[in-house]
Amino acid sequence: MKPLPLLLALVGLLTIMVVSLCLGKYPLQLAEISSFFRQEWFGGGGLPTERMELLRNLLLEIRLPRILAAALIGAALATSGAAYQAMFVNPLVSPSLLGVLSGASFGAALGMVFFKNWYEVQLATFLGGVAAVLVAVGLARVYRISGTIMLVLGGVISGALFAALLSLVKYLADPYNQLPAIVYWLMGNLSLADRTTVLRVSLPICMGLGILMLSARKLNVLSMGDEEAAALGINVQQVRLLVITAATLISALTVVIAGAVGWVGLIIPHIARMLVGPDNTTLLPVSALLGAGYLIVVDDVARLAFAFELPIGIVTALVGIPFFMLVLGNARKGWQ
Amino acid sequence: MALITLEKISFRYRRQQVIQQLDLELDDGGVLALLGPNGSGKTTLLKLMLGILHPHGGSVRLDGQDIRRIPTKERARRLAYVPQVHREAFGYRVFDVVLMGRMPHAGFLGRYGATDRRLAAEALERMGISHLSERPYTEISGGERQMTLIARALAQGARVLVLDEPTNGLDYGNQQRLLDRLMALKQDQYTCLFTTHHPDHARRVADRVVMLQQGAILRDGSPAETVTPANVATLYGLEPCTEHTHTQGERPCCL
Repeated sequence: MKPLPLLLALVGLLTIMVVSLCLGKYPLQLAEISSFFRQEWFGGGGLPTERMELLRNLLLEIRLPRILAAALIGAALATSGAAYQAMFVNPLVSPSLLGVLSGASFGAALGMVFFKNWYEVQLATFLGGVAAVLVAVGLARVYRISGTIMLVLGGVISGALFAALLSLVKYLADPYNQLPAIVYWLMGNLSLADRTTVLRVSLPICMGLGILMLSARKLNVLSMGDEEAAALGINVQQVRLLVITAATLISALTVVIAGAVGWVGLIIPHIARMLVGPDNTTLLPVSALLGAGYLIVVDDVARLAFAFELPIGIVTALVGIPFFMLVLGNARKGWQ
Repeated sequence: MALITLEKISFRYRRQQVIQQLDLELDDGGVLALLGPNGSGKTTLLKLMLGILHPHGGSVRLDGQDIRRIPTKERARRLAYVPQVHREAFGYRVFDVVLMGRMPHAGFLGRYGATDRRLAAEALERMGISHLSERPYTEISGGERQMTLIARALAQGARVLVLDEPTNGLDYGNQQRLLDRLMALKQDQYTCLFTTHHPDHARRVADRVVMLQQGAILRDGSPAETVTPANVATLYGLEPCTEHTHTQGERPCCL
């Protein structure tokens, strides 16, 4: 692990977070934010009670949860993407490879049609994502061919299946209320990221990130191919299962927070690899930090660029595609 | 007791039988060359010996112990695999690739210590490629990659090296250098097993040659007994062209 790039990425992320706290339809001065936090935590200070009330609502209820949500989603998608790319020995793989995003989208849509309670919808979203990956892994098992290729094909089938099921739910949904809500949600959206949700998912997401990062050295060996990894003493099935479980868990949770946010899991690992090389012990944490920072910036753009707020999924795709084309030209540095 | 014992092993891919009722014993020390035409099951046999693949019938024993009962890590400390030269997707530093050889000795999370780094550096030194250690693995030549993979196997600390077509894709000079390295390893009491398409290579470095044809052993013995024009012709399905056989000094040329 190289500490310097990690440190730089961390400083960058913190700067982006602080700047993003200031930005908004109601801009704030950095000085005021810092005196708010001082007064909030240590008492004293000169801000009037009404101002404190306003700032508390604005910062603690709206901006901070949203920034944390963006950071968690960016980190989760970028890290799972990087881990999958190493495991499948393919730099063009994204976290949605095994169908987790289609499954979670289907779960969300189904939840919106059948459940009133938002918590139940979130649960359905998460379970949908997990179900899709189980289908993919199960299909790969049926054919009894080991190796990643069957997993990839299982993922393709599972993704297509859940995309079709999503269409079915959309078709059956009430076109006046439910359908617009579903479509809007699936565009990827941070405006509903409330404090409770963010708090609830942050622990499992951090755990998943931890598991992936602790598997980094084994992922390095696994990216030399399954048979070589086995000859080097790696229990391939076990590591693969662990990585798929962790990546599925955190990717499904990103959909729970903000719907389907695409492209982050593909682009950020590429950029990180160009910056710090392919060693996963450095690559995974740097991907997490870059992904978090990137998504916060993209969310700032989504919030502020126009008079209305754009769904973040649209922005990540619009920014991601040209970015990806640019990256592909230089990408030979980290892989062939 | 034999180091590796294959007892009546059979293996098939789908319906295609690759290895049939094969018996083989590998003793400690020396170099064994495995010769055979394409599709004769050489690579499969290596993978069965390494415990990467498991036979559908029969058993593979390492030091008398069923290889399936030996934990993956333990197995990797005793047997090292040098695959055919490849270029996987990611450009790890050569040093990091060699360091991966220390994985079977590393702790729970695969953390490498100072000893691991020292042994990796020594392995690079031994293969004469220390100057490459900072270069990306994807950007060095085929010969250098083969040396890197052997260095990784040495770092692994196993006394048995299993090499799959180590001279494949190398130019003439690199082939000779590689065979010299194999000879040097034999001097250092390593047990080596390698597959090759060149009867000459087998003759040059091996103490024992096994000829494999359609998943069964055709000949097994010393190079002088086995690598003869007649046997080579039978093995590869060629006309025994005695008129082309001539002797260059001590070394008979088969074809």
